[in-house]
Amino acid sequence: MAHFTKATSVKDWLNQRLAIEKVEKVMASEYWIPKNINFLWAMGMVLVITFALLLVSGIFLLMYYVPTTEGAFYSVNYTIMREVDFGWLWRHVHGVAASVVFLIIYIHMFTGIYYGSYKKGREMIWISGMLLFVAFSAEAFSGYMLPWGQMSYWAGMVITNLIAGGSLHADFLVEWIRGDYVPAQAFLGRFFMLHVLLIPIAILGLIGLHFAALRIPHVNNQDGEEIDFDAESKKYLDGDKAGSKVMRFANDFMSKDMMVVGIYLVFFFYLVFWNYGFAMDPVNFDPADGLKTPAHIYPEWYFLWSYEILRPFSVDLGLALFGFAQVIFVFLPFLDRSPNTIPANRRGKAFAIWFWLMLVNMIVLTAMGKLPPEDPFSTVGFYAAIIFIAQWIALPIITTLEKKV
Amino acid sequence: MKNKEPLILAVVVFFSLVTYYLVEPYAHHVMHKHVESEGFAYADLPEMTKTGDATRGQDLVMGAGACVGCHAIEAAGMPAAMEPQMAAASYGVNPPDLSNAGAVYDAKFLADLIKNPAHALKVEHKFDANKGQMHPMVGFYGAGGDIDQEVADMVAYLQSIAVKAEDLTPAMAFENACGRCHAMSYENWTQIGTKPSFKHEKDSLAFDIKVLEYQDSIKAYMGKLPPDLSMYIRSRNEQFISTLIENPQNHLAGTAMPRVGVTADVAEKVIEHMKDAGDTKRHEREAIGMNVMIYIIIFAIFALLWKKQVWRDLH
Amino acid sequence: MENNSRRGFMGKAFGAVAAVGAIGSLVAMKKSWDPLPSVKAAGFTTLDMSIYEENVMVTEKWRGKPIFVLKKSAEVMAKEKGNAAAEARNIKVGDANFMVAIGLCTHLGCIPAFRKDEGNFLCACHGGMFDASGLVTKVPPPRGFDIPPFKIDGNKLVLGEVGPEWQTMKDNGVTL
Repeated sequence: MAHFTKATSVKDWLNQRLAIEKVEKVMASEYWIPKNINFLWAMGMVLVITFALLLVSGIFLLMYYVPTTEGAFYSVNYTIMREVDFGWLWRHVHGVAASVVFLIIYIHMFTGIYYGSYKKGREMIWISGMLLFVAFSAEAFSGYMLPWGQMSYWAGMVITNLIAGGSLHADFLVEWIRGDYVPAQAFLGRFFMLHVLLIPIAILGLIGLHFAALRIPHVNNQDGEEIDFDAESKKYLDGDKAGSKVMRFANDFMSKDMMVVGIYLVFFFYLVFWNYGFAMDPVNFDPADGLKTPAHIYPEWYFLWSYEILRPFSVDLGLALFGFAQVIFVFLPFLDRSPNTIPANRRGKAFAIWFWLMLVNMIVLTAMGKLPPEDPFSTVGFYAAIIFIAQWIALPIITTLEKKV
Repeated sequence: MKNKEPLILAVVVFFSLVTYYLVEPYAHHVMHKHVESEGFAYADLPEMTKTGDATRGQDLVMGAGACVGCHAIEAAGMPAAMEPQMAAASYGVNPPDLSNAGAVYDAKFLADLIKNPAHALKVEHKFDANKGQMHPMVGFYGAGGDIDQEVADMVAYLQSIAVKAEDLTPAMAFENACGRCHAMSYENWTQIGTKPSFKHEKDSLAFDIKVLEYQDSIKAYMGKLPPDLSMYIRSRNEQFISTLIENPQNHLAGTAMPRVGVTADVAEKVIEHMKDAGDTKRHEREAIGMNVMIYIIIFAIFALLWKKQVWRDLH
Repeated sequence: MENNSRRGFMGKAFGAVAAVGAIGSLVAMKKSWDPLPSVKAAGFTTLDMSIYEENVMVTEKWRGKPIFVLKKSAEVMAKEKGNAAAEARNIKVGDANFMVAIGLCTHLGCIPAFRKDEGNFLCACHGGMFDASGLVTKVPPPRGFDIPPFKIDGNKLVLGEVGPEWQTMKDNGVTL
């Protein structure tokens, strides 16, 4: 039994048992963040806030949602939208947040790529982040099934058909995933379970891992400079706050975080109340009908780029490239062979072009993925897919040739 | 070093807006053809040249026009002779009660319909007289005088017994113009009327059976069951619904859905009712939205002020 | 250093603004838990009092609870005469006299059984007994049957609506 003394205050009592002062220092007031950062560094906090919005709005939807094929559509569009006080608000918040979270994820991801925040020492931050992307994608897909509208049903049909593996004809696997020959009650039930329990638990665990992976290497900065956190934090604590290159997470960095969050929430709530069509597609306001495919069928916007890599090719090749596209980002820290941890624009022409081309190309793929698969869109999409593959093959080569800055 | 944040913000906003534009407005524009509204002018129908007299019109409607042989007119004390599902089974389609036809439908549309139903309703592709496919409603061939005058009189009579425009509620507009074919379950509307509440399950089931029998008749008449419109204001947009009501053939070429011939005002009321069904909380959403926006702007300002205070020492 | 007090103020001010938002959210969350309009609308049951036979206890339903309806015969009414507690519970609709009560034992909520031959109620859970007027004749129930809010409308009784007769019963402590 460790030695305990009579407590002098509530804080002291907790401190002797839980070391709350030490925890507060490590996580907040003496978690040192470089000053040389910009508002893009606040995207992590924006994601935490958005995830919290999804969790809370989800709790209230869960109280009234009925996870049966007969009851689901009515429980969402009548009970929640018309009967439950503020039910419409939780539904709009949940739908808009589910879509906007991916915009922030992509901004967060491309910020990391631009500033080299995945390079030496920070690989686990990148990998845990990509795993979070996968988990959020699974959460979004499973969530979209739940209203049991036309898009829910047919997206479920199409995506689970992928599991047949093209020429492998693994139909037994498709039926096993669905629990039935077609998306029906069994399918809805298990995706409800995934959406409400399993994947959220995984996300919470991965967030923990992501934060843990960040703590030791510390946050990156705009110049990729390697900072001596011990020396700089000593300067700060000795009183030279202006001269130090670092600041406290709480409240220095948090106050800027909150400012960015405030501006973000203005934009977010504008969407929730007035411009939510992009997040709640009209097609899903038709109840699911297994005997009628909608005229236009497409995934949610954040999946369009990888959908477009699948579409232009024959079944087997398309599936292979689709699989490639899903995992290739994870390997970025190992495919980038250059030693430079500096912003992309300063890493020489080759990588700078690689970065901006990747960004623009993914937007092109996204747009083509939504547009009907006819000319000129299908041609543009085909070449965009080729460029995507080519860029990843080229990456090890151009980064090996990159001069050390 | 200089502050790059405005430039960074501009870049982020630019790429986000480009993506949004391509994926939403542009893509939807490519996927769905745009149909321009003609403002419910019904330009293809001849203008009414005669001023109608309601008294003469009443004589014609009750007499030579033979309207009441099939149509009930509650407002004139002539209720339906049969239950709707029986009428639908007998005639193929349930002839509507004409009490409010004068308030719901455009006058020259009514005039044309009385003379040539398949033409006014734009269902000649389905009811082709030359091929012997007769519309269930027989056109009015005249009562011996000036047919245009007689028709104008009949229209004037219908307008005289109908409710005044300001008393026509959105629900009435919908039930009259659309409700004979389209159910709206979220408003408890079936094609044979609002479903009452029953104490005994037996009576509730008996009502449901009547609805199903009626739906069988519509299915046979139209080719398929017209969809339930509860959520249609959200699954299709307002512009689509308005131009569809104006002329179904513009959006769904070859459809069995007739042009219903409502006035522009009544079309607006129908859409209002569809919003009441599918977007019920819109007024609350607007009101609360304003309050939330004001709050969140104050929140952002206070956050900004706090940040400025904290960072004064750090620069 | 001299900014410390101002910085503390601004932080607290921001915290207060955030708290306002949190409270607003909590209000909305509380309201989301409220019973739905369809639930509240279903909270009324109309009984046609002309269909009941004397001394035949019929169980109706109101707000998910059983409702005992017993048309009292002349013999039962004669026994009630002079008993103020019993007379206060009587519900007169037209010429007929009824006992209408929530069919749950006031002890711990079981449904007592009506014994036709004895004309009274016996609760199987702990042996409590009620008479045809709804009064307790054997413990442990602490009080007579609770009477649901009712309104007399001609020959009908609307449960869930408060009529003057029920209000009087409530005010006099006849029912909760």
